[in-house]
Amino acid sequence: MKGKKLIDPSDLTTTEIEDLIKLANQIIQNEEKYSKCCENKLLATLFYEPSTRTRFSFEAAMLRLGGKVIGFSEPNSSSVAKGESISDTIQTVCCYADIIAMRHPKEGSAYVAANASTVSFINAGDGGHFHPTQTLTDLLTISNLKGRLDNLVIGLCGDLKFGRTVHSLIKAMSRYQNITFIFISPEELQVPDYIKKEVLEKNKLKYDESTNLEEVISKLDILYMTRVQKERFFNESDYIRLKDMFILDLEKLKNAKKDLTILHPLPRVNEISTEIDDDPRAAYFKQAKFGMYIRMALILKFLGIEVD
Amino acid sequence: MLKVTSIDKGLVIDHIPQGEGIKIFHFLNLDKVKYRVALLMNVPSEKMGWKDIIKIENEISMNLDILSIINDKITINIIEAGKIIKKYHPAIPKVINQIKCKNPRCVTSVENIQNQFNLINKKTKEYSCQYCEEIIKLNTL
Repeated sequence: MKGKKLIDPSDLTTTEIEDLIKLANQIIQNEEKYSKCCENKLLATLFYEPSTRTRFSFEAAMLRLGGKVIGFSEPNSSSVAKGESISDTIQTVCCYADIIAMRHPKEGSAYVAANASTVSFINAGDGGHFHPTQTLTDLLTISNLKGRLDNLVIGLCGDLKFGRTVHSLIKAMSRYQNITFIFISPEELQVPDYIKKEVLEKNKLKYDESTNLEEVISKLDILYMTRVQKERFFNESDYIRLKDMFILDLEKLKNAKKDLTILHPLPRVNEISTEIDDDPRAAYFKQAKFGMYIRMALILKFLGIEVD
Repeated sequence: MLKVTSIDKGLVIDHIPQGEGIKIFHFLNLDKVKYRVALLMNVPSEKMGWKDIIKIENEISMNLDILSIINDKITINIIEAGKIIKKYHPAIPKVINQIKCKNPRCVTSVENIQNQFNLINKKTKEYSCQYCEEIIKLNTL
């Protein structure tokens, strides 16, 4: 995987994903062993839109591997404010860094950046499009908490139209055997046609759509909740009307399976009631920690660093 | 009857569905060129009932296969020394660069990069943006 560029989850084969999950678990078991293996290596985090979690987890991952980090967390503090193109910014950063992680609000920006990059490149989210490292996080979480990545009924709830984590997860899980999706969202925020046509229908995957979380929750092995993001709406009244429609609370959870796994890419606003945080089925904070470990594995693999 | 003289060198785009000729005329920027162009509208046709024709007294460097999104029965005649030397119907192009992505969240809306749409379904003439994967169905220019 040395020198690889990651735009969307399908850039990695299922074997490569297995290797990453295996390495992440080795790191979890013996973190100390990996704590100096990226000395003299530099990660650039280019964040064109705000993100605490993803940027922190990338930076924490590199620092815990003994490497260093440069970058910006909002474009106004860089040449981007002067109108520099993505391609020029990337080509310049390639002169300094060994690996780049970029988040950008526009869909397809990762493809532009990856083409311009001469070093390993990781898409840390391109608008409502893809977010492959969140997907790897989800896969590591599901694999570790469920013990498998196949034979699962996965419910995705909330903003399924603009939620990039959802699109990436659907694409990734579509490669495993006997996966059924249940999409739970208001009609305005349903999974886009290109995902239905290009991923679901093309791969003959089973899926169902619902506007009622309570009605379908008993069927689920995994419930993946998402935030209805304000920044994805063109007007505030639509946001206010839709944001509270799909809130998970103990009442809705009463018909759920005992071994349901509740995931959320975080940050949450109010779509998961805090009363659920102590329920053993709530796995979203574990998921956030898995996110750092899978990024550590990804950085090591993409830099071609092997630890005996 | 209105008569338009034949051309010596250039091309004739024939069998254009009625009303689509003006769109092709603007798409090819024929209102800005310095050579002779004739746009014939509402021409009686045995096969089509009515059709449009465009005669262009010059070579066109653009790949005209994109015209197939209107109708793949359109005929392109290449004229040399007053004679038709090649006649063909435009084939559905696998890649289209001449149209812009309409997704306001697509990176092509802010970066100075060439648009690219890739054919995903020949039958329905559906294309996907190389960048944001927005699907568009093309049946007119």
